[in-house]
Amino acid sequence: MNTANQYLKAIYLVQRTDDGPAATGRVADSLDVSPASANEMIGKLEERGLAEHEKYKGVSLTDEGIARAESALQTYCIIERFLANVLSVEEFREEARQLESVIDETVADRLDTIIDRAEECPDCFDAEADACCYLAGTCEQGSD
Amino acid sequence: MVAVSVDQRVDSDHQLARLLQIGVVLEEVVEARAYRHYQSLAEEDRDLEADVEALLEDAAEESARHREQLEELVDELDAESIPFEDVEALVEARYGRTKPEDFDGVLYDQLCNEETAYKFYDDLIDAIEASDAAFSVDRERVIAVLTEIRDDEAEGVEEVTRIMEARE
Repeated sequence: MNTANQYLKAIYLVQRTDDGPAATGRVADSLDVSPASANEMIGKLEERGLAEHEKYKGVSLTDEGIARAESALQTYCIIERFLANVLSVEEFREEARQLESVIDETVADRLDTIIDRAEECPDCFDAEADACCYLAGTCEQGSD
Repeated sequence: MVAVSVDQRVDSDHQLARLLQIGVVLEEVVEARAYRHYQSLAEEDRDLEADVEALLEDAAEESARHREQLEELVDELDAESIPFEDVEALVEARYGRTKPEDFDGVLYDQLCNEETAYKFYDDLIDAIEASDAAFSVDRERVIAVLTEIRDDEAEGVEEVTRIMEARE
């Protein structure tokens, strides 16, 4: 997954958690980068029509940005589930974070052929648990 | 939400071993698919489509060879082993769910297999080259093995494309 996609995923999750535009500082924190770096990348995403930035409010993804972010989040979910269910990795969150920059979407699609993933993926991703709620065991009652 | 790294690098033995293990599973997926496709060709089609049969047979053999090369590197890294029989069984059990429907689908699926594998090794080589970490195996050897495998995948893409074009 390239850097732009990692930013899109981070903005998407912050927006979902905060139910509104994502503050640059929150995006920077979630990616463990400086606010200046986050600002620079958000500017690039804006130029590419993937995000819109409003002063004092934060950044929101455009429809195209949301589609890209959902795809990136799915790729991340596939990597986590693959590590947890196929390779029996206990620290699957930590390892998925290390690997996501090296594993491309097309590669994840092939790995996806041997894992179970819910139809509603990536909506079932729990940002606080940093995993799909089915994997983290945090799904709300009635949603499974 | 937890912080993530945005570096596209491989920084440790453990991470390298894990990526090589993913390569092993990817090869197993490709190998199983090529073998299954080969098996699914009807007897009469096998006579007509000798080039496709040879392609799928070669693909399965090549993947098995790549898997062995990757496993050798993983063993040298002294990482924990993966339950390979389980992976094999899983790939076998899941194959039917994503099986291509017709003959052109088989070729297209094989093209995706080869392209995906190429992309995986290409990204992995870039990530190793971008890192200055010291691994317990010789970095140049790892890159040489991965480059050889990647080049095989590139040839595979060309071969499938050639057959697809000839069928048009």
